[in-house]
Amino acid sequence: MNLFLQQLVNGLFIGSVYGLFAVGYTLVFGVLDILNLAHPAVFTLGGLTALWLVETAGLTIFQAFPIAVLIAGLLGLLLDRVAFAPLRHRADTYFSGLISSIAMAIMFESVALGVFGAHTVRFPANTVTPTIWRFAGITVTSLQVEIVLVAFLLMVGLTQFLKHSRTGKAIRAVAENERMARLLGIHVDRIIAFTFFISSALGGAAGILFGLYFDAMSPDMGRSIELKGLAVIVLGGMGSIPGAIAGGLAFGLSEVLTVAITGTSNLRDAVAFAVLFAILLLRPSGILGRSRMREA
Amino acid sequence: MVHLTYFFAVYGSLINFIGINVLLALSLYVTLSAGQLSLGNAAFAGIGGYTAGILTTQFGVPYLLSLLAGALMAAIVGFLLGMPVLRLRGVFLAMATLSFGEVVRIAAINLKITGGAEGLLGMPAYTKTWFIYLVIAVVGYFLSRLRYSRAGWSFESIREDETAASAMGINTIYYKTLAFTIGAFIAGLAGAMYAHLNYIITPGEFGFSAAVNLLIYCIVGGSRVWYGPVFGAALLTALPEILRGIGVTAGPIRMFVNGLILLIVILFLPNGLISLFQRRRKVAVSVLAGAGIGDN
Amino acid sequence: MLLEITQITQHFGGLCALAGVSFGVESGSVHGLIGPNGAGKTTLINILSGITPATSGTLRFDDRRIDTFPAHKIASLGIARTFQNIRLFPALTCLENVIAGQHLIAERPLLPRLLCLPGAIRQEAVYKQQSLDILVRVGLADRADFSAQHLSYGERRRLEIARALASCPRLLLLDEPVAGMRRQEMLSVAELIHTLSQEGMTILLIEHNMAFVMELCSQITVLNFGSVITTGTPAEVGRHPEVIEAYLGKSDQDA
Repeated sequence: MNLFLQQLVNGLFIGSVYGLFAVGYTLVFGVLDILNLAHPAVFTLGGLTALWLVETAGLTIFQAFPIAVLIAGLLGLLLDRVAFAPLRHRADTYFSGLISSIAMAIMFESVALGVFGAHTVRFPANTVTPTIWRFAGITVTSLQVEIVLVAFLLMVGLTQFLKHSRTGKAIRAVAENERMARLLGIHVDRIIAFTFFISSALGGAAGILFGLYFDAMSPDMGRSIELKGLAVIVLGGMGSIPGAIAGGLAFGLSEVLTVAITGTSNLRDAVAFAVLFAILLLRPSGILGRSRMREA
Repeated sequence: MVHLTYFFAVYGSLINFIGINVLLALSLYVTLSAGQLSLGNAAFAGIGGYTAGILTTQFGVPYLLSLLAGALMAAIVGFLLGMPVLRLRGVFLAMATLSFGEVVRIAAINLKITGGAEGLLGMPAYTKTWFIYLVIAVVGYFLSRLRYSRAGWSFESIREDETAASAMGINTIYYKTLAFTIGAFIAGLAGAMYAHLNYIITPGEFGFSAAVNLLIYCIVGGSRVWYGPVFGAALLTALPEILRGIGVTAGPIRMFVNGLILLIVILFLPNGLISLFQRRRKVAVSVLAGAGIGDN
Repeated sequence: MLLEITQITQHFGGLCALAGVSFGVESGSVHGLIGPNGAGKTTLINILSGITPATSGTLRFDDRRIDTFPAHKIASLGIARTFQNIRLFPALTCLENVIAGQHLIAERPLLPRLLCLPGAIRQEAVYKQQSLDILVRVGLADRADFSAQHLSYGERRRLEIARALASCPRLLLLDEPVAGMRRQEMLSVAELIHTLSQEGMTILLIEHNMAFVMELCSQITVLNFGSVITTGTPAEVGRHPEVIEAYLGKSDQDA
């Protein structure tokens, strides 16, 4: 029973990182109907940049975190400028955008590879000194709690931002109907660029938390979360923020539970992808429905 | 003659590898020609490869028969998969085929008969270079003839506008499934030949990155004519050697160039590098007609 | 009656786009379908061509129920259409657009093509000539090798008609065939429709240009708010008080 509880808690921790990653992923899809496959590469660069700031520049993780997140956001602006904006008025924009984001992902990954090498790297041992709590037979570290807190803070912050701020409302208006938004005097291109900034900043933040949680990072770490992120946003309904959060948690839980039940990690992803496949066939709008940005 | 022998000794495996990638790119070309974005063709190659490999190593089936069986198996799975997933459009189809691919990969890792994560071993090296290129010639001829057949025109119409195609009497479900199945057959054939090239095949070779690579070959070469993907696959497979030839040896730079080529092509040459060599279609005069000058 | 429309109703969510529409299209006639914007004309054409199924009601074509058929099957019975928002195959040339439109009449089997049999090559030349002839009919012969996306607006509309004609339909549905055309171009399309009708083709056309409709059509059906106001000859329709009201508004009638 305790083992089961422990697994649930672990699933919650990893699920919150998946959720944070997926929220950024789904945000761009919600606004542009485009799948940004460079998101995992931004995730990687976010984590590695934070590591560089801590290790080489000598910052603490609390200083490094916001700077790395900002840099990830700037990468988002670059993505929009180079890979998406030039294709925006093409008829096959969803397809060509997908391809150009793959191109950017390859280039980002090659930069990570060039700077950090192909081997696994980790934050220095004293980056965070977690306290370990035990109760009711469950072990929880303060690091894990901090990760969940940061992830949820960001996700809730984004939701509130979209709901109440002027810019957030403009983002939702663009998601709803780009042409109408333009007629209403919204600077659509600026709003889209800003959306990429937020999306990538959140992706970078997820990368840092991921690196801290698993204590291992490499230039191809984005690939391990790429497909999971896709699964999560389909699960939650493409473009839905609450759906992505719920989907992330559900995915994290399903992963640890599959391992717990089957006793092997080999089938960990199988269940998730089988579920994803079934959802696409039976209910392509996702479990929570296609609530999209307008109800964010 | 000595030079030629030397050339094959050094580049023989590269030449074989190019051939297999060309075949795989052709398999995706068929699906793309009907406007369907599939990320499942690497998995079809895996199905073909494992089927043929198991037949020759464990059941002593003759080589050619095993190729046929591998291709047929992939085609049957492609047909059964195509029926439900081809109702989905665009990104959703890509994700459904992608998750199918992941399920196949994970199955190959977990099944006994496929040799698990270590892969399937012991396939005799039956596949000869001349045979690969003979198959390419046959498939290329087939596709060039298919293009102007009833099915070929139907594929073209569906890619251009599915609704208009159905209003013209084209049974879109039938032809989409047909394209998907032909693609799966060719992919399965290529996989079966690949299995008898290297003694070993592993699940990882048929995963997501392989699927994305096929897509890149088609886009870079150009997916509107059958020889576009041939050119793309040959160029990009040989690119590391070409770069080595001009003195670029660093892995990250090679990767970066790969991404850069893809980005440039999608931004500036939507019909691929092959369009540089094609005759331009007439466009200029109609600008006048549109302005009402070419008309009385 | 070649086409019988009976009690066709269409709901989109809570919105009622068509409420029990019934009328018939006589074989060999040019039948006009008119009405203000949002009256449900295009919705009806989409139902007739099987693009969207009706919520309820029946369709009979040549005494055969077709309301449950998918679009391609309806087309195979001999119903071709054009689209209000023009749906050509933009990357193909004009000639290729028409050739693609021959799907229902051209076999183009693969095997003889693979074997390069002379019969297949001869047959292909015949199909190509037929397509060129159709381009001549719509006045696009000199545009045969142009990519469809580079045509002018009016040319695109004419090319769409050509593609629809390529399947030799018995019933042609035209959704605003002359919208956005200059006068000269419009007259040539009117002439084409007239000739097609003389050759025995039945035509159902939606059009806003009243002069065009009155001139060409032998029968006219007027839709308003998803219901049929009346069906009759141009003269009858022109006199109908409700039609005048729908088109000119109540106050004008009072004045």
